[in-house]
Amino acid sequence: MRKPRLRCSKNCQPDCDDCMNPMSFLPHHDGSSFFDFLTQHHPELRPSLYDITMQRAGVPVDLGRPGTFPVPHGTTVLALKYRDGAIIAGDRRATEGFQIADRRIEKVFRIDEYSAMAIAGAAGPCIEMAKLFQTELEHYEKLEGVQLSCEGKANKLGQMVKANLPMVFQGLVVMPLYVGYDLKRKEGRIFKYDITGGRYEESDHHSIGSGGKDARNTMREHYRLGLDEEAALRVGLLALYNAADEDVGTGGPDLVRGIYPTAKIVSDAGITDVPESRVRALYETMIAERRRS
Amino acid sequence: MPLPYYVSPEQMMQDKAEYAKKGIAKGRSIIALEYVDGIVLAADNPSSSLHKVSEVYDRIAFAGAGKYSEFEHLRKAGIRHADLTGYMYSREDVSARTLSNAYSQSLGTAFSTDVKPLEVEILVVQVGVNGQANEIFRISFDGSIADEKSFAVIGGRSEAVQQYLREHATPQPPTLKDGLRRCLSALEQVATQKIPSENLEVAVLDRNRQGRKFRRLTSADISLLFT
Repeated sequence: MRKPRLRCSKNCQPDCDDCMNPMSFLPHHDGSSFFDFLTQHHPELRPSLYDITMQRAGVPVDLGRPGTFPVPHGTTVLALKYRDGAIIAGDRRATEGFQIADRRIEKVFRIDEYSAMAIAGAAGPCIEMAKLFQTELEHYEKLEGVQLSCEGKANKLGQMVKANLPMVFQGLVVMPLYVGYDLKRKEGRIFKYDITGGRYEESDHHSIGSGGKDARNTMREHYRLGLDEEAALRVGLLALYNAADEDVGTGGPDLVRGIYPTAKIVSDAGITDVPESRVRALYETMIAERRRS
Repeated sequence: MPLPYYVSPEQMMQDKAEYAKKGIAKGRSIIALEYVDGIVLAADNPSSSLHKVSEVYDRIAFAGAGKYSEFEHLRKAGIRHADLTGYMYSREDVSARTLSNAYSQSLGTAFSTDVKPLEVEILVVQVGVNGQANEIFRISFDGSIADEKSFAVIGGRSEAVQQYLREHATPQPPTLKDGLRRCLSALEQVATQKIPSENLEVAVLDRNRQGRKFRRLTSADISLLFT
C-alpha cells in the first residue's frame, strides 16, 4: 500500500481512495455533475454546506436566529411566453430592511446558450446559485459532449434549490425562475420552484419576489396567447412598472440615474439581451401615455 | 522466501517507456496548428462519437492520443480542474500552463510509481486573445512537457507528420482553409491513403468567437471549406 502523497481535498480522510490514486492532483470522480463534485471534494465551496463543513472541522457555528440580521434581498422578476420563445425580465433594486442596498443589481442571468434564470431572495446566495448552475450545465456539456435536455436542466435546478433548504431556516431563501428554450418541442418553457425543490411548469407567464403578485395581476390582464416579441416585452415591462408602483422592494425605471429593468429574450436563436436603449424607449412611451391621460 | 530478481532502475524505466511508446504508436496522429484566427486541431478519427479532441475551458482545448480510456480519464479530470478554478476564482484565471503542469505531475507520478505507465500523449492548447500569443503544450506518458511553437503532433508516427509540417511551414500563419488542407495532406501522407472528410475530426479555437472559443467542425463544414 502506498502512502498518500497529496491530500485530494481539505476534507479527505487518511485512507482516502483518491489520495491512493496516482491522479491525486486531479481527483478521481465519477459522474458529470459539478455540484456533486463540489459536495464530495470541496464541500467548503458548495453553497449551503458552509455551516456543516465548519461544524465538522470543530468550529462552533452560530448563524443567529432567522431575521436577526439584514440580508440584501432581490425582488420582482418575471417570465412570459411569446410566439417564438419566452421573455425573462427583472427589476434592479436590492433592499436591506428599509434601506436600498443596491440600485443596479442584475437579477436575470444567462445560464447557457438556451437558458436563463432570474432570482428572488437573499442576494448573495442567489448570485452564487446562478454561478454554480452556469458551471454545472457547462460542465455536463463538456464532459458528455451533449447538452442536458430542457427538462433535465430544470430538474437539476430543483435539486439545487432543495439542497439550499437548511439555509432557508436561517432566513436565506433562494427562489429561481427558470426559462429554457426546448429545442425538441421548439418552444420556450417556464419553470417555477418552491423552497423544497418542487418544480412546476407554467403554461403562459409567472412572476416571483415581493412584487410578484402585482406583476402577475398585470400580466393576467394584458397577456394574450401568441403575442409578438415587442408586445410581450411591453407587457413584461408594464408588469414590472406596476409592481414597482405597489411594492417598496421593487425598483421602477430610474429616469434620473438612467437605470432600467433588464430583460432577455429566449428563443431558438439563443439568449439575446434586450438593449437598454430599447427598454428606455418603451418606458418613455409608456410614461408619456400615462401623463397625457 | 525467495528474493525477487534485482532490476536496475534504468532498466525498469526503459521497459516502461518502451511499453508506453508501443501503445501510443498503435494509434493515429493528431495535429494542432496555429492559423490566422487561432488554433486548429485535426485528428484522423473514424469514430464520430468517441472524440479525441475536446473543449476544456473558454480558451483551452485538449487532445489525447493512445489508449482511449486513459486519456478520457485525463480529459475529464482536466475539465473538473478547470471548472473548479474558474468557479473558485474567475474565468480568466484558468490557464493552459497550470493545467499542463497538473497533467505533467500526474503523468510523471503514474510513470514512476505505477506498475503500468499510462499509454497516452496529450496536447493542451490555449488560444491567445487581445494580442497574447497562443500556447501549445505537449505532454508525454512520463510527464515530460514541451512548449511547442506554431504546430505540435501527437500519436503514432508523429515524427513523420512533424517532418511534413516543418517542410511546409510558412512564415505567416495560414488561413483556416490552407491550414486544414496542410493538416490533411500531412495525415494522408503518413497514412498513405485518402482520408474522407467524415473520418476527420476537426475543432478550432477561434479567438474571434464570443465567450467560449471552441467549436467543432462537422463533416459538412469541412467539405464546404475544401470546395
